[in-house]
Amino acid sequence: MKADPKGVLTGSHYLDGDHACCEGALAAGCRFVAGYPITPSTEVVERFARRAPLVPGAIFIQMEDELAASIAIQGAVWGGKKAMTVTSGPGYSLMMEHIGLAAMTETPCVFVDVQRGGPSTGLPTLPGQADMMQARWGSHGDYEIIALAPNSPQECFNLMIDAFNLSEQYRVPVMMMMDECVGHMMEKVVIPPADKIEIRPRRFTKLPPNEYLPFKPTQDLVPDMFKAGDGYRLHVTGLTHDYRGYPDMSPEIQEQLVHRLVNKIRFHADEIYHVEETDVRDAEVVVVSYGITSRVSVEAIALAKNQGIKVGMLRLIICWPFPEKRIYELACQGKAMVVAEMNYGQMLLEVERSCRGKTPVLLAGHGGGTVHSVEDIAAKIVEAYKCRS
Amino acid sequence: MSVINELKLARQEQPASCPAEHPMDNFMRMDRMPHIWCPSCGIGVSVNCFAKALEKCKIPLDNIAVVSGIGCSGRVAGYVKVDSFHTTHGRAIPFATGLKLANPKLKVVVFSGDGDIIAIGGNHLINAARRNVDIVVICINNFNYAMTGGQVASTTPEGAVLPTSPYGNFETPFNLPFLTESVGAVYVARWTSLHIYNQTQSMVEALNKPGFSFIEIIAPCPTIYERQQRLGDGLDRLRWYCNNSEIRNDAKTKDVDIQLRNRIIVGKFVDIERPTYIQAMNEHFKKVLGDRYQLYEG
Repeated sequence: MKADPKGVLTGSHYLDGDHACCEGALAAGCRFVAGYPITPSTEVVERFARRAPLVPGAIFIQMEDELAASIAIQGAVWGGKKAMTVTSGPGYSLMMEHIGLAAMTETPCVFVDVQRGGPSTGLPTLPGQADMMQARWGSHGDYEIIALAPNSPQECFNLMIDAFNLSEQYRVPVMMMMDECVGHMMEKVVIPPADKIEIRPRRFTKLPPNEYLPFKPTQDLVPDMFKAGDGYRLHVTGLTHDYRGYPDMSPEIQEQLVHRLVNKIRFHADEIYHVEETDVRDAEVVVVSYGITSRVSVEAIALAKNQGIKVGMLRLIICWPFPEKRIYELACQGKAMVVAEMNYGQMLLEVERSCRGKTPVLLAGHGGGTVHSVEDIAAKIVEAYKCRS
Repeated sequence: MSVINELKLARQEQPASCPAEHPMDNFMRMDRMPHIWCPSCGIGVSVNCFAKALEKCKIPLDNIAVVSGIGCSGRVAGYVKVDSFHTTHGRAIPFATGLKLANPKLKVVVFSGDGDIIAIGGNHLINAARRNVDIVVICINNFNYAMTGGQVASTTPEGAVLPTSPYGNFETPFNLPFLTESVGAVYVARWTSLHIYNQTQSMVEALNKPGFSFIEIIAPCPTIYERQQRLGDGLDRLRWYCNNSEIRNDAKTKDVDIQLRNRIIVGKFVDIERPTYIQAMNEHFKKVLGDRYQLYEG
C-alpha cells in the first residue's frame, strides 16, 4: 500500500533529525501522537502538534506524564490509529511498563527515544547512547522488540517508515533509538512523493466475529488484529491469555503465548536484520558502530587506513534483533572488532557474545556528553590490529 | 499436562458462543464464569447495574468499550462481552483517552477500583477530568487494596485497621466527589451497592452525558475490609448502608467526606455542561485555522 499523500511533505528540506522523525511518522501513516516534553526529543512532538490539525484524521495530545503518553498511544491503536510517543532517558524509563504491555498485547506502536547522557537526569541537552540495553530488556518478563538507530536526519525520516511498517508486520513495539546529535543536527532531507513510499497496512482479520480468535497466530506466528467498535466484542489483557484473549494462569498457556512472543521475532530475525557494511571484505579490523558514533568512526577509519591498516565498518541500522550470525562470520574470518558507542559497553556485549571468542573485541566507549574524539577510536583500531597480529 | 489444562487448551480452539439461557448472556462472557469476586462483594452488583444501564440507554453493545486497570474491580473488563481492555495499574484512564480520541464514536467506560483510579492513577484522573475527555469513570470504592490482601489506601477512612495500617490509619482519605468536582468533572454521583436503582440511573445519565462523568460506588469488601473493621458480613454491611446512608443531591461535595462509622452522604452532586475535549479542540482550531482545518471526527 502507498502512503497517504495528506501526511507526506514531498520535497527537499533542511531539517533536524527530530523534525525529520516527525515527518517520517506522518508519511508512515501515524495519526496519533501522545507526548510529554523532554529534552532533546521535544521538537518531534512540537512539530507534530503544529502539523496535526492540518492533516485530516491526525491528533496530538500532550499527556500529564510519560506513563500516560505511552499507554494513550495503545488505546489509540486499538481504536484504529497508527500511533507513537516520543521521549528521552528519564521518560523512557517511565515508559518501560507499557512497552511490556504493548509486547504482551501485541499492540503495534512506535517509541522514539532521543538518547541523552544518563543515568537519571544526567545530561539533558547532550548526547548519549546508553539506553540500548534498556530498549531490549527494560520491561520485566521475556519479550522481543525491534530497535533502529538512524545516523542522519534523512535516515530519521526513512527509518520511521521502517519502524511503523515493522511494528505493523510483527505487532511489536518498535524502538527508534536516536541520539541528541542526530536529533539536533540539520541536514538536507529529501521526502519522496507519497506513491514512492511503501506502507504496511494493519493486519486486520478478515474472519467474522464468530470464527475469529484474537490471539491465535497465523502462519508467521503473528495473529491478525481487530479494533474496538467493529463488532468483535473481544478482550485484550496484559495477563497471560489464551487464543481467545482470556486470562489463563497455566504454565501451558504461558509457554504457548510468551514463547511465541519471543519466537515471532527470533524466527524472522534473518528478514529483519539491517546493517550497512563498508570495506568489510578485505578488512583486518571491523568497527561496529551506530547512530552519531558511526559518523565519527568514518573519520577514525580514515586515520587508521593512513597507517596502513585495512579497516571496514559494520553499521547497525537495526540493533535489535542483533545480527549475531553476520558478526560471527566476520569473527571466524579473523577480523578483529572495535565497538564504538557512547556508553561503557552495551552493544559490545552482543558483539563479544556473537564472536564467541574467535577474535579480539575492543570497546571504544565513553559516557556521553559529546561525540568520541576521532583519535580515540583510531587508537582502538590500531590496538585491535595489534591484538590480532 | 493435567486433564484440566488439556481441557483448557482444547476449549480455547472453540470460538466463544453459549446458548442464550441467562438474561445476562448477551452482556457477560458466560464462558468465563465463575468470576473471581467474593460472595457479597459489591463489584458484581455494579456490573449488573451497568448491564441494565446499557439496556436502558439502547446503546448498541458494539459501540461500547470497557477499560479497566488492575485489582478486583480491574477484572470487570474481562467479564463484560463488549470490546474490553485490561490495562496496567492506574492507567485505564489514559488508555481510555487514547481509545476515545482515536474513535470518538465509541462510548468508553472506565471500570476500576479506588486504589487503581485514585491512588496510583490519580494524576490521570484529574487531568482527564480537567480536559473533559468524553468518558465515564465508574470507581468501585471498597476503601482498601483488596486484591493484594487489604492494604491501606488513599481512600481508607481514618482509624481503619488494615495489614499496612495495623495500628489504625492516621492519614486523611480523599473525598472523591469533592476531588472530581474541583478538577472539572461534568457529572459526579456517589451511591452504595445497596442503591441499585440510583446506581443504574446514574450510569444511564453518565452514558448519555458528553464529557467526563465520575460515579463512586461504595462497595462492601466483606472478606477483608469489613472483617478487619469488625463490621460484619456483606449482608450486615448492606443493612448498615440502608440505615446510615442519606440521599442528598444538593449536598456540597466538600461536606461528603467519609468517616469510618459515620453516615455516608450519597446522591448526584454535580451535573453541569462544559465542552468536551474534542468539541473544544474542534471549535478552537476552526477559529484559529479557519478553512484549513477539517473537523476532527476520528
